[in-house]
Amino acid sequence: MHMATVLTINGETKSFDAPPDMPLLWVLRDILGMTGTKFGCGIAQCGACTVHVDGKAVRSCVLPVSAVENRAVTTIEAVGSTPAGAKVQKAWLEAEVIQCGYCQSGQIMAAAALLATTPNPDDSDIDAAMAGNICRCGTYVRIREAIKQAANGRQS
Amino acid sequence: MNAHHSVSRRALLTGGLATGFLLAFHLPLRAAQNEPPQRDVTDGKFAPNAFIRIDQTGRTMLMMPQVEMGQGTYTSISAVIAEELDADWSKVEVQHAPPNDKLYGNPTFGLQVTGNSNSIRAWWLPLRKAGATARAMLVQAAASQWAVEPSSCTASKGEVVHAASGRKLGYGELALAAQGQTPPKDVAVKDPRDFVLIGQPLKRLDTPDKVNGKALYGIDAILPGMKIAAIANCPVFGGKVGKVDDSAAVKVAGVRKVVVLDDAVAVIGDHMWAAKKGLEALKIEWNEGPNAEISTKDIWDDLRKASQKDGAVAKSEGDIAKALASGDKFEAAYELPFLAHASMEPINATVHVRPDACEIWTGTQIMTRVQSEAAKAAGLPVDKVIVNQHLLGGGFGRKLEPDMVVAAVKIAKQVDYPVKVVWTREEDIQHDVYRPVYRDQITASLVDGKVAGWKYKVAGSAVLARWLPPAFQKGIDIDAVDAAVDAPYDFANFHVEYVRAEPPAVPTGFWRGVGPNNNVFAVECAMDELARKAGKDPIAFRKSMLTKNPRMLAVLDQVAEKSGWGQKLPPRVGRGVCVQPSFASFIATVVEAEIDDIGEIVLRRITSVVDTGIAVNPDTVKAQIEGGLIFGLTAALYGEITIDRGRVQQSNFHDYRMMRINETPKIEVIVVKSGEAPGGIGEAGVNAGPPALRNAIYAATGVALRRLPIDRKLLAAGKKA
Repeated sequence: MHMATVLTINGETKSFDAPPDMPLLWVLRDILGMTGTKFGCGIAQCGACTVHVDGKAVRSCVLPVSAVENRAVTTIEAVGSTPAGAKVQKAWLEAEVIQCGYCQSGQIMAAAALLATTPNPDDSDIDAAMAGNICRCGTYVRIREAIKQAANGRQS
Repeated sequence: MNAHHSVSRRALLTGGLATGFLLAFHLPLRAAQNEPPQRDVTDGKFAPNAFIRIDQTGRTMLMMPQVEMGQGTYTSISAVIAEELDADWSKVEVQHAPPNDKLYGNPTFGLQVTGNSNSIRAWWLPLRKAGATARAMLVQAAASQWAVEPSSCTASKGEVVHAASGRKLGYGELALAAQGQTPPKDVAVKDPRDFVLIGQPLKRLDTPDKVNGKALYGIDAILPGMKIAAIANCPVFGGKVGKVDDSAAVKVAGVRKVVVLDDAVAVIGDHMWAAKKGLEALKIEWNEGPNAEISTKDIWDDLRKASQKDGAVAKSEGDIAKALASGDKFEAAYELPFLAHASMEPINATVHVRPDACEIWTGTQIMTRVQSEAAKAAGLPVDKVIVNQHLLGGGFGRKLEPDMVVAAVKIAKQVDYPVKVVWTREEDIQHDVYRPVYRDQITASLVDGKVAGWKYKVAGSAVLARWLPPAFQKGIDIDAVDAAVDAPYDFANFHVEYVRAEPPAVPTGFWRGVGPNNNVFAVECAMDELARKAGKDPIAFRKSMLTKNPRMLAVLDQVAEKSGWGQKLPPRVGRGVCVQPSFASFIATVVEAEIDDIGEIVLRRITSVVDTGIAVNPDTVKAQIEGGLIFGLTAALYGEITIDRGRVQQSNFHDYRMMRINETPKIEVIVVKSGEAPGGIGEAGVNAGPPALRNAIYAATGVALRRLPIDRKLLAAGKKA
């Protein structure tokens, strides 16, 4: 038997049983039923599973749940309540970035984390922050455009 | 040319497959988990056909016969219906259609399949007629209520209006009365000049729920009592399970059951982590069988040998022997590797087998085949299999196969609760149905700077012979030679052959871009090499043989202008062009690329001009070309599945690489205004990327690459072809 694990996810306290080495991704999806965070590769190569821990973008597929106790986890379901997240979501729809959408939870989380620390990113900032996120539909041109739109929206 | 081809393909493919027919449940695209699924309820609604349901509040539910995997078809199909229906676009909602070939079969294939860039092409007229018929019934209902002539009424944005008296009624108010009207025969469709929705860059209907985690893909299915399974398929193609020692696996916390199938082992757990850990703890001995010695090298040796044989003649015009006997002769062979699909949503299927029924939750491109194959695996009649369709996190042809559902049914049969079977990325890459290896040989002769004779032989797997046997006739796979027989150029003596060569053991299937991927690559590489032999500019050379193809000529002229073709470039930077007639769209693309001294490639700029006929949603057309280019360029730069000892050697994105944002150049896509019938667009960009890049490299370095993926070693400074 394991001790109950307690996490703060999207501002809510969640208590559940899970092995300490279980990646946060599977806790979210298979224990808490929060399916917005996606499984893509399991080895931190594609970014589909990106969430925020204390505001930073991390790959939940390789992050043991024991490492995030007492830290604030934000997922795609609540990123819209952060200023950067809301701007990113809006810009994503205005630029019509999305095709299949499966990687876009992770793309939006990575972009929101970028804008929260770098309000006016240039192309190399965008490359550095987003190169860990694969999109098989190839929406990269629009991701770049939408991040710039979101940044401009912040200024106005 | 394209029109003839699609007619012949249609003729071959009708006859179709006998498949089941029933109404099924569906999950809405977005759902609170565990809500009971809705049926296609028609009571109290205006339901004039299989596609339109208008309730008494005016809510307009459209049933989608094609599946949404990112290509934007839910929005485009809805626009086509809503246009002729004169619906209020703000009240339009969409619902996955249940499996039913009779009601929802793609008119070209007679099968409820999404593929071959064929959704809008095939449904263009039938769905416009469905919308126009419904509109006429609503007008009749209003006219009858007002006791006026239907011809004195008009419809717009979900209302019927009688202008003379100033009266109007909403479609919701007319729903019940319209349901009692007799549908008119041969209703007229709109003149394209009167379109208000078609041709507009309407916002996609599926994307708002894709920015907040609410959209549901197959892998997101959650059911009461559901468990999760991880699977290990036999690493060697065709191998079987030998002995399984599960003593350590069953002790892993959260593991519920180990299921041994003929060719795979699955571990069912409370969650994916338990299932994966359980799988890792298993000791499995495989009976590797006769394929355990197969390697990529052997497969290529076999294919090169097979490609020396004469093939079945797919097309022959003029006197090819005579034409090749004179002039300046050219001969080349182009080779393409196995490829995996690697959709971002790994393969998965959720199944609940009950004594009297089998229910499936998945995202598939081939609903009715999933249903019929699941019925066989479950030992139940087809009408006892319910398929709940979901959004697809990419399809690319992988989800034209039902294998993952069949395996999930076999696993679920052994328990009484629902099981979600999730493949790891490693299983997804190593147990795909691969894009075949192709070897394309082109022999041509040049006379007076033009192609006088053109002999093109395609050798490779016949995917259609397996996937749709009635379409494989006279030894010719019409997909493998699709854009070979439809080459856009005037070749007086023009001969195309096909050699069926199946690789041992490796399963082959459709991959986004399908047959035209190998054809457009070979044709456009050869055209560049021939232009150089003739001492001509690649675009001028192509134009001299496009005089009978005004649509192609127009896009080629425009891409030359927009890409800055002919303007001076720095050393080791080149521009390459690709012209393609695939999927009844006319596309010209220029890639500009730089090759550094060690042979690494930097994409600088891509320009594509597209004449796809009437662009139902021009923004979607742009998006599909942008994304398709990246999909194709990813394959050209990195894509290759290799086999050693009967096993796939790649396993995840570290060794089966994808292009990333930092490698993506500026892409400009220009959509030409056209009144022609819509062409296909979801796959066309994939065809364009590899040959245009290869020709840019040829221009920059002089190296004529004839194999993909691109071998950087051949491109280091100082190397020559």
